Amino acid sequence: MIPSAFEYHRPPSVAEAIRIVSERGDDARVIAGGHSLIPMMKLRMAHLEHLVDLQDVAELRELSIADGIVRIGAMVTQHELITHEGLAQAVPIVREAALLIADPQVRYMGTIGGNLANGDPGNDMPGLMQCLDARFGLEGPEGSREVAARDFYEAAYMTDRADEEILTRITFAASTGGYAYEKQKRKIGDYATAAAAVLINAQDGRVSRASVAMTNLSDVPVWSEAAADALIGTACDAAACDAAVAAMSAEIDPQEDSRGPIEFKRHVAGTILRRAIARAWARA
Amino acid sequence: MSDKMHIKLTVNGAPREVLAEPRELLIHVLRERLGLTGPHIGCETTHCGVCTVDMNGKSVKSCTVFAAQADGAEITTIEGLGTPDDLHVLQRMFHEHHGLQCGFCTPGMITRAHRLLQENPDPTEEEVRFGMAGNLCRCTGYQNIVRAILAAAAELNAAREAAQ
Repeated sequence: MIPSAFEYHRPPSVAEAIRIVSERGDDARVIAGGHSLIPMMKLRMAHLEHLVDLQDVAELRELSIADGIVRIGAMVTQHELITHEGLAQAVPIVREAALLIADPQVRYMGTIGGNLANGDPGNDMPGLMQCLDARFGLEGPEGSREVAARDFYEAAYMTDRADEEILTRITFAASTGGYAYEKQKRKIGDYATAAAAVLINAQDGRVSRASVAMTNLSDVPVWSEAAADALIGTACDAAACDAAVAAMSAEIDPQEDSRGPIEFKRHVAGTILRRAIARAWARA
Repeated sequence: MSDKMHIKLTVNGAPREVLAEPRELLIHVLRERLGLTGPHIGCETTHCGVCTVDMNGKSVKSCTVFAAQADGAEITTIEGLGTPDDLHVLQRMFHEHHGLQCGFCTPGMITRAHRLLQENPDPTEEEVRFGMAGNLCRCTGYQNIVRAILAAAAELNAAREAAQ
């Protein structure tokens, strides 16, 4: 369980990290918390000759909330997301979701940027960020740009990020209203059999705004505008929930694996979404 | 091919220096280069937690950290918590409450519990179970592990109150 040899770099800035990655091309990878990359390197499923560790890049560790906008540096850990009181006030769904990721030791190391950039369909943050309509900041040799979370994921482990770009920051608006992150997993540390992120705003007893995103039910996160539309304008009653589940079901594409056959996953997805809607509505 | 790196660590309060390849894992450097065999190697896949050590105030699974990443870090292993003649409260409570059977998971359990009690000195049983979720005991002796940690928390809190 020892990876092949590589050279280790610990640049002090994003610019220096990009310089190393641009020079080395495919032979270089950046490492954030390393809790996806290191296991892949140990299994020799990831090969690289230059490992670029971002731990000394202070600008990537910042988390700020101002004027209702949350900005999170890519190296902020899941543990920091959980323990940040301001974030828990402004966007409580982030803590709720982060507490369901992996286990305590992994959450001290695992970062939001790594979770988002890796493109693993099992990761929880991509779906959550789609639900929140977050934007990702990318920096590369050509400069910086922003991409919507909802446009970022192309296929399993394939994203809009170019090889020589680094995902540096995540930006989204503080969310008022009801929220819920529901996740079904076989055991602590497992990826979701199905997970749902739901945001609901209520006005005069009816849903005025909603957002729904599902995790690990396709090769990319599934933000379901149709599921949200099925809730908007209703009193979030049983018929509305049925319609939202039906709309979501039409957009997911689960595959059979060790977590179960397709039919089972579809069943779990529906149950999890119903629970998330009920809890978000109760908090709206 | 990579050269060896000069890695400086503070381990259990003492400065240590090693030469290691960047690809060497922290657990291997601790056990094989520094002779600290308290942290164990179990699954080597970030699941079991027997390799847990404290790194810069965080519980980490040292099978999933490169020694190069730990360059400059402060590390605490089970060897830094107590000695056979002067056991740490957690070690004493694991003994008193039969918090170990085969003992293989114990160093990781205690090192993790130490950090948990630093962050949450008066946890509920549920908080202990959630906070210890990254450590597996294949003897399945969780009941007494949780009892031992709660007892250690109570004793530490009593000592803290007495000191005030």
